[in-house]
Amino acid sequence: MSLLGLQNLTKSFGGLMAVNEVSFDVEQGTIVGLIGPNGAGKTTVFNLITGNHRSDRGTIRFEGKDITNWLTHRIVRLGIARTFQTIRLFQNLTVIENVLAGCHCRMNSGSIPAMLRTPGERREEREALARALDDLAFVGLQGQEMQLAKNLSYGSQRLLEIARALASEPRLVILDEPAGGMNGQETEALIGTIRRIQQRGITTLLIEHDMSLVMKACEKIVVLEYGTKIAEGPPEAIQGDPKVIEAYLGMED
Amino acid sequence: MNKKLYIYGVIFAVLAVAPAFLNPYWVDVLNNVGLYAILGLSLNLIVGHAGLFNLGHAAFFAVGAYTAAILNTLYGIPVLWLLPACALTAGLFAAVIARPIIHLRGDYLCIVTIGVGEILRIALTNDVFGITGGPNGIFGISRPTVFGYVIRKPHDFYYLIGAFLMVTIFLFHRLENSRFGRAVNYLREDETAAEGSGIDTSHYKLAVFVLGAAWAGMAGDIFAAKMTIIAPESFNFWESVVMFAIVILGGSGSIPGVLLGAVLFVGLPEVFRDFADARMLIFGAAMVIMMIVRTEGILPQQPRAYALPEARNAGGNP
Repeated sequence: MSLLGLQNLTKSFGGLMAVNEVSFDVEQGTIVGLIGPNGAGKTTVFNLITGNHRSDRGTIRFEGKDITNWLTHRIVRLGIARTFQTIRLFQNLTVIENVLAGCHCRMNSGSIPAMLRTPGERREEREALARALDDLAFVGLQGQEMQLAKNLSYGSQRLLEIARALASEPRLVILDEPAGGMNGQETEALIGTIRRIQQRGITTLLIEHDMSLVMKACEKIVVLEYGTKIAEGPPEAIQGDPKVIEAYLGMED
Repeated sequence: MNKKLYIYGVIFAVLAVAPAFLNPYWVDVLNNVGLYAILGLSLNLIVGHAGLFNLGHAAFFAVGAYTAAILNTLYGIPVLWLLPACALTAGLFAAVIARPIIHLRGDYLCIVTIGVGEILRIALTNDVFGITGGPNGIFGISRPTVFGYVIRKPHDFYYLIGAFLMVTIFLFHRLENSRFGRAVNYLREDETAAEGSGIDTSHYKLAVFVLGAAWAGMAGDIFAAKMTIIAPESFNFWESVVMFAIVILGGSGSIPGVLLGAVLFVGLPEVFRDFADARMLIFGAAMVIMMIVRTEGILPQQPRAYALPEARNAGGNP
């Protein structure tokens, strides 16, 4: 059984068919890329998976469980974390607190234990802090814990989003254009980070326009155009697929 | 950090002995400052920390005060025993009204809370259920007693309100620096990102709203005991505006900021009684200047401190 399975997922906004009968599977432990021209519906697929949008039709299964139209925070708690295409950090909070946001769903203490500082609450805070520091170091942002998120460079902000997602201890992490705004060197480092995420046993689904990253990192690629899946397969097959070439470069007369 | 503690220690010591050198009038002014500080801190959870614009906080204050007044005058229950009941009724009232409106954003929520405050005030004026005493309100609320000692004079109330304020500061400080405190900050900063990080945003919005309201209800209990008479006009829109301004001007999300805000808004007007006519003008001007030069308030929220290991702070590679 695959980790994540989409069946006939459909979503329209008014008259625009953003996602049309899209089905694909993501196998446990793999890195899967979702590509396509601008406006193909890639981010909408992500938003459907993470519950930011409600689907019109179709089902989303995660580890065999139907999670279609669940609330976002429940999906995160179940084990799917994401980053955003336009960076959405808590800009006025510190780097470490941004990562602690990810730890939130693995903690339990509410307002009353917080006011009483129960031993359980203290232990939980200590453990969360340790985990947050580990995830920060994992993406290479150690030493910047007390900076405000808005003061980080663009590339570092993207890495911080990844750290925040990892802190929620996901089994599937969804990255929406992780290399957006990064230079070549940063992108190379990012490929390494994505591979190390895989080594942690976490499955990755990503949208990316940087084809060098997609071809190097992904084991499977799904191609969307006008909300419809036009191809699916390993990178070599996708590169040679006439429909994909047509979608990206246009048809010959 | 130590310097800060030193300053707070001096302020605390001065305030602890202050009543010995002041006449009842000035002690009563300080009592009002304390009461508004408690109300400001409770509203700070909602407005400052969670970023939910609530311009009807006086309504929860009123629910607490009326709960105390009614239960005390009808059943003779001592007012201090009624603190949990006041918290409960104000919290419940907040839960009932907030549930359908809490998803509203910014100014929309603001308008609805103004409406709720006004509806409650008018309902109280019209003697709703025949138990609120109409425009004259309720009188004859008994004085609070602590271990048989009757709290009567402003000097006595000073220490009661002071103690309640200290407890509030202590508990809210801990609440701020916790999972709960962070969660409400996340939703203030970016609700979508908070939800996407696994935070149940609607739960936290409701929880912080109810908690802030419950605390205002307890402040209402103390207010009722202090005044012995309460009337709807004590809970008008202006009261909500003052509480809101205390938070915004003093420093959203900052306990020292809110305390300073209460001193500025409630204490200063008494010091400058001679200029009473110009008060609104000065407040208005101060507000405008603040919004231009220092939008985050006089003493803004500071980043939380965390016990980071030394090696990490230095950023050295192993």
